[in-house]
Amino acid sequence: MTETFYEVMRRQGITRRSFLKYCSLTAAALGLGPGFAPKIAEAMETKQRIPVLWLHGLECTCCSESFIRSAHPLAKDVILSMISLDYDDTIMAAAGHQAEAIIEEVVENYKGNYLLAVEGNPPLNEDGMYCIIGGKPFVDQLKYAAENAKAIISWGSCASWGCVQAARPNPTRATPVHKVPGLAQKPLIKVPGCPPIAEVMTAVITYMLTFDRLPELDRQGRPKMFYSQRIHDKCYRRPHFDAGQFVEAFDDEGARKGYCLYKVGCKGPTTYNACSTVRWNGGLSFPIQAGHPCIGCSEDGFWDKGGFYERLTDIKGFGIEANADQIGGTAAAVVGAAAAAHAAASAVKRARQKGGENQ
Amino acid sequence: MSILQTPNGFNLDTSGKRVVVDPVTRIEGHMRCEVNVDEDNYIRNAVSTGTMWRGLEVILKGRDPRDAWAFTQRICGVCTGTHALTSVRAVEDALGIEIPENANSIRNIMQLSLQIHDHLVHFYHLHALDWVNPINALKADPKATSELQQAVAPKHAKSSPGYFRDIQNRLKKFVESGQLGPFKNGYWTNPAYLLPPEADLMAVTHYLEALDFQKEIMITRTIFGGKDTHPNWMVGGVPCAINIDGEMAAGAPINMERLNLVSSIINRTLEFIENVYIPDIIAIGKFYKGWLYGGGLASQSVLAYGDIPDRANDYSPENLMMPVGAIINGNLKEVHEVDLRDPEQIQEFVPHSWYSYPDEAKGLHPWDGITEPRYELGPNLVGSKTNILQIDEQAKYSWIKAPRWRGHAMEVGPLARYIIGYAQGHEEFTDQIERTLSALDVPLNALFSTLGRTAARALEAQWAAHKQRYFMDKLIATIKNGDSSTANVAQFDPKTWPTEVKGVGFTEAPRGALAHWIKIKDTKIENYQCVVPTTWNGSPRDNEGNIGAFEASLMNTKVERAEEPVEILRTIHSFDPCLACSTHVMGPDGKELAEVKVR
Repeated sequence: MTETFYEVMRRQGITRRSFLKYCSLTAAALGLGPGFAPKIAEAMETKQRIPVLWLHGLECTCCSESFIRSAHPLAKDVILSMISLDYDDTIMAAAGHQAEAIIEEVVENYKGNYLLAVEGNPPLNEDGMYCIIGGKPFVDQLKYAAENAKAIISWGSCASWGCVQAARPNPTRATPVHKVPGLAQKPLIKVPGCPPIAEVMTAVITYMLTFDRLPELDRQGRPKMFYSQRIHDKCYRRPHFDAGQFVEAFDDEGARKGYCLYKVGCKGPTTYNACSTVRWNGGLSFPIQAGHPCIGCSEDGFWDKGGFYERLTDIKGFGIEANADQIGGTAAAVVGAAAAAHAAASAVKRARQKGGENQ
Repeated sequence: MSILQTPNGFNLDTSGKRVVVDPVTRIEGHMRCEVNVDEDNYIRNAVSTGTMWRGLEVILKGRDPRDAWAFTQRICGVCTGTHALTSVRAVEDALGIEIPENANSIRNIMQLSLQIHDHLVHFYHLHALDWVNPINALKADPKATSELQQAVAPKHAKSSPGYFRDIQNRLKKFVESGQLGPFKNGYWTNPAYLLPPEADLMAVTHYLEALDFQKEIMITRTIFGGKDTHPNWMVGGVPCAINIDGEMAAGAPINMERLNLVSSIINRTLEFIENVYIPDIIAIGKFYKGWLYGGGLASQSVLAYGDIPDRANDYSPENLMMPVGAIINGNLKEVHEVDLRDPEQIQEFVPHSWYSYPDEAKGLHPWDGITEPRYELGPNLVGSKTNILQIDEQAKYSWIKAPRWRGHAMEVGPLARYIIGYAQGHEEFTDQIERTLSALDVPLNALFSTLGRTAARALEAQWAAHKQRYFMDKLIATIKNGDSSTANVAQFDPKTWPTEVKGVGFTEAPRGALAHWIKIKDTKIENYQCVVPTTWNGSPRDNEGNIGAFEASLMNTKVERAEEPVEILRTIHSFDPCLACSTHVMGPDGKELAEVKVR
């Protein structure tokens, strides 16, 4: 990430003369006078922002919408001062072949030095033509852009897991990025959530720029800093869970007192995300605080894991004001069994240990 | 080549040069546009293609109707929430569930905040670069921009020459870096850009101000819905219980502190719309009022379902604050009633869509809709199945179906709503329209244009900002009267439901009329159908050859440079297309789908 644009171009065998010509053409293409060319050349010789190609497959654009809601840093500052968002079809000025030309330019000129951010996923049925970009299957664009990328960011649950279009029966065979056949093997960071929290998205980017390395990932490829704890672990309503105080129906006495939403379907105990710690819109709230059970939107296949208002499991003898450790422990054990990919035993142990510290 | 006249009055001539724009950027989702341009650079044929399909309704089949809002909300993350609201209304309609007055007020505040947010972000971040040249802003004298700003919006605090100089310097540094990011490969030398540098600098500055401010607007939805994008909703009311002064109010979803926060956001939002968005539209409009292309269907056929019920549970036109009705053949004197349950009114056609019907000469009402994908390209295609160079619009050519109202292709959206409100003589809308026409010094006809569409969206954001205040006051008044209820859970348990029911829910999404049709059998979804705004606006040709609203709007527009599609983008963007919405549509006949051939 430290190479300058000029160095990259020279390494590609481009002469200084061609480089200066490129700078004049850039100035001319913008309708600016020749005086701008040396300034552009100077900037390119001294520093650069890392180019980012932000591709969109089958998706709903909720990740981009979330991203622009980032309070710290502001989306404006990320785009103007931190990265060079060279391709993002949701906000870019260019369209058609002028837009597509940018991908080619970045892939060729910045080999191994650009980030590929993916929102959504490619459908594989019908030769990929359930999602067409420039007359061709999106999956082709994705594979081409991945070829020379430094790393890939899978934004949101679509890119990370498949999300809603991949819910049963997945009619288009929508496929998460890391499972796309023939995709170049690159470091891949999953930032799941439907959408991910804005400040988590911008933090993942700023972490990479600040420390010049990828964040530490868990076994499923998610940054540990935001996805190593369940929402339940740090939920402000956790004491009510431990005390056996539950919302029995929406808008009942318990709902008005902020009791635990477990019995009306909360998936907080099985969901790894930062909602109860970082919270949303600059730390303002999160679903449970606003009275709705967590629907588990950052988990793989959350659409197919039972209804959003169905209790995770019916635990017999879940009496009011029962022993807090017993309730917490029982629930965590059931949860652990469900989250197969995780080291269930240690998660439960950690949850128990942390339970004491956090209350 | 001969000229083909469409039943809705457009002459299509494919003899000129074919221009392809794919992808059309700065929209939600994926879309392609092809036009034929004659030797004088006028567009004489237009073809719009939806280029994505996800099949959400087949995914919904067999699921819990109470969960449908969350699935359908993921149809679109830009108009986030409007599908969810439509969905809970459809389920409530089917089951006869009435919601509390507070739930209605809170839902309306959330829906209005979406209108405002969506319109603002659309104008500044998806649409402005069709009118505003950020590179030209570098040539501005910040003092001139300051004078312009103070003239158009005297109350806006950020107006000093120093402020604009700082922004200009930041922009200059950005451009000089040679890394232009989102502005890269734009059409910055195209003569279609008409603003003087000082206006460009003002608009670019507001692009940045609006980017900062838009996240504040959605705070109301984070308070009521827990997060945004994609806040939470529920059948029977809203999930955010109210506790003003009881025990543990501080940990309740809605308490005094939360209400104060929402209230302050509502005030600041209104301020921003009135001091930035509206003045910018007038200022920019003055330079473009000679460019009145893009009317298309607006002057003939427009449709709205209405929204924002004043009192809870009454969806009659008299109780809806947004206009309801259909205008056809340009006759503003007659506004027709619209009935979503009438099988003769709304029908969808597929002869030019990548779906098959048993009899494609006929349309189907959403209750009886079938959707079986059939991706096939016509004999005149240039290219191949996976490399489309030029599409054949004589055959199937889009993932969007063609909905029609009594056989008419219709335009929906803010302009359609405002035309209907105007035709009905609804003062709130006629006042706004007349004030704008007089500020721009243009006749009523000017409304039927790309510029009119863009202006109507701004007026609606202003209208919505006022209505947010109305419902906030109403919410407080109801609580003051001792009613804090937010949900009716009497029928929340599926065991209480009849065996077989059906319902319709509708809203006015930011982009236009939206409805969901649901059939529930044995407590599960048997059939789910959505007809969404961009299905109306972006529709391909129908069985009779009528072209859709996007296509109609491009007809006979002059382009300055055929290879730089500024004018095409400007007009298509004026509809605020949402392709993920329009192309998800999926019928009840899900079984075939599950067996779609895997290559």
